[in-house]
Amino acid sequence: MQFDRKLINFSFYSRRRWIIYPRAMEDETFESIFGGLPQGGTEADIDHHLLFGNPATRRAFLRQIAGTGAALAIGPQLLGLRDVGAAVSPSETPAIGALDVRLKINGAEFPLQQLDPRVTLLDALRERLNLTGSKKGCDHGQCGACTVLVNGRRVNSCLMLAASVEGDEITTIEGLAQGDQLHPLQEAFIEHDGFQCGYCTPGQICSGVALLREGHAKTDEEIREWMSGNLCRCGAYVNIVAAIRAARDNPATAARA
Amino acid sequence: MNPFTYARATDPQQAVAAIEASPQAKFLGGGTNLIDLMKMGVEVPSQLIDISRLPLAQVEELPDGKGVRIGALARNSNVAEHPLITQRYPVLSQAFLGGASPQLRNMATVGGNLLQRTRCYYFCDPAFPQCNKRKAGSGCGALDGFNRIHAILGQSEQCIATNPSDMCVALAALDAVVRVQGPKGEREIAIGDFHRLPGNTPNVDTNLQANELIIAVDLPPMPFAVRSHYLKMRDRASYAFALVSVAVVLDVGPDGKIKDARIALGGVAHKPWRAPEAEKALVGKTADERSFTAAAQAALAGAKARKHNKFKIELAKRTIIRALSTVAAMPS
Repeated sequence: MQFDRKLINFSFYSRRRWIIYPRAMEDETFESIFGGLPQGGTEADIDHHLLFGNPATRRAFLRQIAGTGAALAIGPQLLGLRDVGAAVSPSETPAIGALDVRLKINGAEFPLQQLDPRVTLLDALRERLNLTGSKKGCDHGQCGACTVLVNGRRVNSCLMLAASVEGDEITTIEGLAQGDQLHPLQEAFIEHDGFQCGYCTPGQICSGVALLREGHAKTDEEIREWMSGNLCRCGAYVNIVAAIRAARDNPATAARA
Repeated sequence: MNPFTYARATDPQQAVAAIEASPQAKFLGGGTNLIDLMKMGVEVPSQLIDISRLPLAQVEELPDGKGVRIGALARNSNVAEHPLITQRYPVLSQAFLGGASPQLRNMATVGGNLLQRTRCYYFCDPAFPQCNKRKAGSGCGALDGFNRIHAILGQSEQCIATNPSDMCVALAALDAVVRVQGPKGEREIAIGDFHRLPGNTPNVDTNLQANELIIAVDLPPMPFAVRSHYLKMRDRASYAFALVSVAVVLDVGPDGKIKDARIALGGVAHKPWRAPEAEKALVGKTADERSFTAAAQAALAGAKARKHNKFKIELAKRTIIRALSTVAAMPS
């Protein structure tokens, strides 16, 4: 079973360009992999489903391909496969000091029962709540792939304990769009091709949204300095700066701040 | 990460009582250094006492012109952009903005920044068996290892690690005072006495006691600090630790003569390195490159390098000269 290389991007979003079809679909249908078509079943619906929708299904998909050569070819660590089992059924042994935590994420409340205090906000999002848009890059606050907003401020969710942000307003990449309406910076990233592999992109966009609110995007030089906490190994920096500049100049951005 | 319990402190007194009751516990502020080191297995606290929500995050003017007080839990980004800091102590604002990334600055607290641990590779990775700071008596892997980022001043045969903070370098130049609370009440520690040189106990970074909580940093009034500058040299243009950094405050009279000077260096020693010999060399002299060069020579007179960090001595001198020149060129 072979996959298009861009499969690894599918927790990112785009309406048209980023539809990711396993080549295997020639003999294995979308339904057979995902256990059913999303509502409507059109190309756009499939895309939306892949990119925004039902993350549990995405993780199930990951689990399904975990045993295949394809997963190894893509890189199990990159896909987070090692943790997928634990994500779906957390260990039944209670952790030392386990505590109940309620997180407010993208306007909704998420109770987390018997949470191990060691769990970072990033791991809570990805492994407990299936909000896999925020990415684990370095896991040490050096790359910015995990950037989310806490009370409107950008932070590295990998260095933050989930328990310590109880009661705070957390916004992840999944919470930036309003329904089908992408945030102007998300639109700008697509328009200006602000990514290649896409792995750093959710962090870049969360960081960029905060940057625009902070007013630190007056010049290209300033954008570069104030985006320095988000690394892009593909080197899409030129287009990332272009996207942020465009969003800055788009009146729709101020309306969303 | 080792297992630990988590508790939120309700007020500073309760936080101090909690850490007294549990000596293996640690305070959790922004977590940017502590959580990272816990992931590496360098820090293994039995409990985290979350102090991040205590009401110690104000930046405020002290009465009777006694300067400015920065709450220990003020976030680096907030202090950097606070008008009292940008207007009166620009060197401190610049030091904050020269450090880390916007995300980390939004998290990191002033108290935590004072307690930042070294970025020495041999300390940060327990896979290296030798580190006197991590494990007393185990040796120092850096002495004859890859020591490009290591100390050139004040080091010992036990440890050549450097303090990684930018903020502390500016605080050293500004004669800041650290306010701490212990079980018996508050006490003050001058910034110069807060961090330690490694000597034979490199495992002890600071003179803060285990049962004390940092509650604030006071900046005494220093009107001439409006002419100040932080210059940081690093391997990339942004978001990297200093190889060498310099905080400079300069008081130049209308006659072009230097009335007073403050110089502190970062990236060169186990603590933020104040350079009184360099300051002394400047007072009474004309603010020009010749006196700046003499000051730089004086600051680095006692420097000793190891195999890979010789470049730091010359780099530090040039950085001092450039920082002084920058301040001298500022309108008075």
